[in-house]
Amino acid sequence: MAVGVRTQDLRKVYSSSPPLGAAGGFVARADAKGGKQPKTQIPALDGLSLEILPGEIFGLLGPNGAGKSTTVGVLTTRVRPTSGQAWIGEHDVWKEQARVKHLIGVVPQRPNLDFSLTAREILIFHAAYFGIGSKLRNDRADELLEKFKLTERATQMVRGFSGGMMQRLSIARAMMHDPQVLFLDEPSAGLDPQTRILLWEIIREYHQAGRTVLLTTHNMEEADALCQRLAIIDHGHVIAQGTPVQLKASIPGGFLLRLRFGNRTADLLQRLQSLAGVREVRALDGADSTGADVYADRGGSLIPEIATLAANSGAELSDVHISEPSLENLFLHHTGRSLRD
Amino acid sequence: MNWKTFGAMLARDAHVARRNAIQLLLQTFLQPLLFVFIFGRVMVGSGYMPAVYKSLLLPGIIAISMVFTGIWAVAMPLIAEFQWTREIEDRLLAPIDVAWIAIEKVIAGMLQALVAGLIVIPLAWLVLRPGVDISIHAPLTFAVIIVLVATFSACGGLALGCSINQQHIGLMFGMVITPMIFFGCTYYPWSALKTFPILQKAVLINPLVYASEGLRATLVPQFPHLSIAAVLVALLFFDVLLLVVGLRQFEKKAVS
Repeated sequence: MAVGVRTQDLRKVYSSSPPLGAAGGFVARADAKGGKQPKTQIPALDGLSLEILPGEIFGLLGPNGAGKSTTVGVLTTRVRPTSGQAWIGEHDVWKEQARVKHLIGVVPQRPNLDFSLTAREILIFHAAYFGIGSKLRNDRADELLEKFKLTERATQMVRGFSGGMMQRLSIARAMMHDPQVLFLDEPSAGLDPQTRILLWEIIREYHQAGRTVLLTTHNMEEADALCQRLAIIDHGHVIAQGTPVQLKASIPGGFLLRLRFGNRTADLLQRLQSLAGVREVRALDGADSTGADVYADRGGSLIPEIATLAANSGAELSDVHISEPSLENLFLHHTGRSLRD
Repeated sequence: MNWKTFGAMLARDAHVARRNAIQLLLQTFLQPLLFVFIFGRVMVGSGYMPAVYKSLLLPGIIAISMVFTGIWAVAMPLIAEFQWTREIEDRLLAPIDVAWIAIEKVIAGMLQALVAGLIVIPLAWLVLRPGVDISIHAPLTFAVIIVLVATFSACGGLALGCSINQQHIGLMFGMVITPMIFFGCTYYPWSALKTFPILQKAVLINPLVYASEGLRATLVPQFPHLSIAAVLVALLFFDVLLLVVGLRQFEKKAVS
């Protein structure tokens, strides 16, 4: 039976620098009393509550430092929360660690392969740590090496592997003990497009076998393509949650049309606002051109009307760019910042 | 407690040790054997040292080899694995309590220290002979002492390995290991320090003193040495202290 994941009101404040890949939040300096060294307090999670249903692919989307890796750290017994609780299935992560570790597989943001072993040995020993018998672990290692296109390198030490190969081997390792919940922290960072597609296929296939997948990403395309539900997090708490379609539908208007004019007449903005489906019009004045951002609930079908309107009012339309409803627009709408910032 | 996981982690460490066997052997035995050769053969052979020095030197060399091996075997991989390769994370995610992962490291280090001690005895004897007068009068006491010495070296490796930054490895050798060896009564018996009364008291905080003196008491009892009871109590004390400190430091490193 598939296993879900839940967190309640998680808070994590680092009193020293957070470990790499789990850096989060903004830095606040609190001066300690008595003239001691000021202590750096870094809040990474600020009341984060999530419910991931058994058997779904769930994405945590947010910019760097939003608290994604810290959330994964708390759920995988590596980061002790300052307060709050986390469960894998029915098991409290911080009370039943060994039980929880049986249920989860983790692909870290930065490769942490055992450099003293060959690729195949890494898989075999990993399975042995989980008590898997000799025949089964050998068979499974061969199968996964084949699936991840690593068979030819199986007997080589991993020290000389490329970043992409290490990433593939990390994922194969996490799957060796067939965990109920697979955590992937920024799985496609640094992968070439081909490998990324292979990875997506493998994640979908793993999910179809009835497993729960939690991945973090700051890549909207990945979140959109792969995840059934998403939580958008920023500064350690959830700012929006739902399916990608629901989330995108929640953006007012949804479409963004960026228009450029050679010249612009005074009443043009008002006339644009009156078009059917237009929600908001913002004037943009650049150095050598003038323009407008039009938020609307339709995209391409507005263009003929805008062109006619511009011609009628004597404005010359010089450039049009349409962006479709996207998670990027959603993040911009909620935080006023771009995901890439 | 998950014995399968524990056993698999030990098997992993044994596998890696076998793979690096030649490197390990050189690193463990080259320095003590050179020392044995220079002081036991060259100095004694040329008459600058009395012949009995050979027998006095051997227990100290065994102690150095064991302690150095135990510390090295646990501390160096931990420093690299926690800070550089992060490969320990694989084992931190194995279905076992975190403290047991540290204990596995200690057991692996102890075994390596014991092997080092047991190999260096015949090797040093070969280099020094003839004229080495050692015998194991009380095998049980000898066994207890070498196990306690192996434990303190491995636990010391755990405590050091989880407390020291990668960039401070050189400092660890200069400030911890080297003074420990020179003030560890390894090349001279503790009683030789009686003309330096303050130093003689001060070196008692160095666990290596009890290792050297304990081995001297069981292998060459004809030389002056600390009482076996004092050695056992002190070694046990350091074993427990370093294990407790090491486990605490390990858990601090393992969970942020």
